[in-house]
Amino acid sequence: MKYAGLLVMPAGFFLTAAALVLFPGSAQRAVFVVCGLAVEALGLGVAVRGHMLARGESRR
Amino acid sequence: MNPIVPVPPLEPPLTDTAIALTLVLLLLAPLSVAGLALITTGLGRSRSAAQALLGNLTIVAVAAIVFALVGTGLAGNLSGLSHAVHLARKPWNWTGAGPLFLHGFSSAPVQRQLEILFEFLAVMLAVLIPWGSGADRLRLAAGCAVSALLAALFFPLVAHWIWGGGWLAALGANFGLGAGFLDAGGAAPVHALGGLSALALVWIVGPRRGKFPREGLSTAMPGHHVVYVLFGCLLCLVGWMAWNLAGAILWLNAPLTALPRNAVDTVLSASAALLATLAVTRFRFGKPDASMCANGWLAGLVASSACAALLTPGESLFVGLVAGIITPLLVEMLELALSIDDPSGAIAVHAVAALWGILAAGFFAPESGQLLAQVVGIAALLGLVFPAVYLLFAILNRIVPFRVDPDGERIGMDLHELGGGAYPEFVIHRDDSYR
Repeated sequence: MKYAGLLVMPAGFFLTAAALVLFPGSAQRAVFVVCGLAVEALGLGVAVRGHMLARGESRR
Repeated sequence: MNPIVPVPPLEPPLTDTAIALTLVLLLLAPLSVAGLALITTGLGRSRSAAQALLGNLTIVAVAAIVFALVGTGLAGNLSGLSHAVHLARKPWNWTGAGPLFLHGFSSAPVQRQLEILFEFLAVMLAVLIPWGSGADRLRLAAGCAVSALLAALFFPLVAHWIWGGGWLAALGANFGLGAGFLDAGGAAPVHALGGLSALALVWIVGPRRGKFPREGLSTAMPGHHVVYVLFGCLLCLVGWMAWNLAGAILWLNAPLTALPRNAVDTVLSASAALLATLAVTRFRFGKPDASMCANGWLAGLVASSACAALLTPGESLFVGLVAGIITPLLVEMLELALSIDDPSGAIAVHAVAALWGILAAGFFAPESGQLLAQVVGIAALLGLVFPAVYLLFAILNRIVPFRVDPDGERIGMDLHELGGGAYPEFVIHRDDSYR
C-alpha cells in the first residue's frame, strides 16, 4: 500500500508538468497544477495509511 | 534530447564588494551546520550522544568529498553546461553537464566559484537533516551511505533545477510564471530535500525500540541535553543570516542596500515562530516546551530561507508566525496520530516549514504567476524527488542495513558503535521504556 501511494505521487507531478505544456491560459493551467498537487497529496495520504497499517500489525 | 546547452550567464556580474561580502558570509554559514549538529545531538539520548555528534562530522565529511567529486558535475554551475529535453518547443533543463572532480574550479570566474562554494556548504547542511531523524538507531555506516547518495545525486539535481539555470528557474522565461522558481536561501534543495529524506528514512528504519508500545500512547523520549539544543539555535541564527544574505546576492543579484532588510526579515521570522510555538505549547501542555520552542525557532529560520529576500518585515512576521504554529502541532500529530518517530522533528521543521516558506514567497510576490511557479516547484519536490528518494533509500537499506541490531539499541549507539560513551563519568540509568 505504501508503494502504491508512492507510485501515485509521480503521476501528480506529471499532471502538473503536462498542465504547463498543454494550457497557455493561466486559469486552466492553475487548476490543473493544483489538481496535480492534489493527486500527490492523495498518494502521500495512501503511503501514510500504508505505514500506519504496517505499524499496527507490528504492534500486535 | 539536446545533449548540452549553455546556461545563460548571470547579468550583471557581481561587483568586487559583493564578491568579498559573499565570501565572508559563506565563511559564517557553517555555523548553521554546527548549530544543527548540536540540536540533533541534544535531542537524542545520552547513550547515543557521541555517535550522534561523530556521525554529524562524518556524514558532513562524506558529503563534502562526494559532492566535490561527483555532485558539482550534476549541479553544473562550474561549466555552465547542462542536459536539456525539448518538449513543446521549450527546453526542460534537467541536469548539469559539468566536469567531475572539480576540474577547472580554480580557473573559473570567481562568481562561479562562489556558487560552487555555496552549494558545497549547503549540501553539508542538507545531509545532517535525515541523520537527526534516525537518531538512536541509525548506524553510522548507513548515515554515510545516505549522505553520499544525497550529495552525489539528489542535492545536485535539485540545486541545478533552481540555481543552475534548470527547468524550475526557467519557468518564468519558458511559461511566463513570474521570475521562475525563487529560493535564495536553500529552502528547497537543503531543507525540503533534507526533511523529505528524513521522512523516507524514518519510514524505512522504523521507530526507536519501545517508542510505540503495544498498548497505550507513545512513550516520551525527551532529548538528553536541552542546553545543547538551545545554544545550537543561537548558532543557527548567525548561519542562517549568512545563508540568506549570500543566497540573495548570488541567486537574486540583490543589491547591497537590500541586505540589512533581508537580515531583519530572517530574525523576525525566527522570532515570530519561537513566540508562536511558545504560546502553542503553553496552551497545549500548561508550560512552554523548551525543545519544541527550539523546533519553532528553527522552523521560522527554515521558512525564511525561501522568502526573506523577497518579503517585507510584516510579511516575514506572518510567515514565521504560521511556521511557529504548525510546527508543534505537526510534531505531535506525526508522533501520536501517524506513528512516525522523528526525534529531531525534522519532517515538520525542515520539510513542512520549507514548503510553507516556498509557498509564501509566491503568495506575497507582486509578479503574476509567481505563486504558480512556486507550486510547480513544490509539486516537483513532493511528486518526483520524494518517491525517488524513498525508492533509492529502500534499495540502499538492502545493501547497507540502516538499523542497528536490537542489542546495540539497548546498550546505546555509543557503546555499540564506538566502544565508549559520551559521558563516561555519569551513571546511565536503566531504560524503563523497554517492556
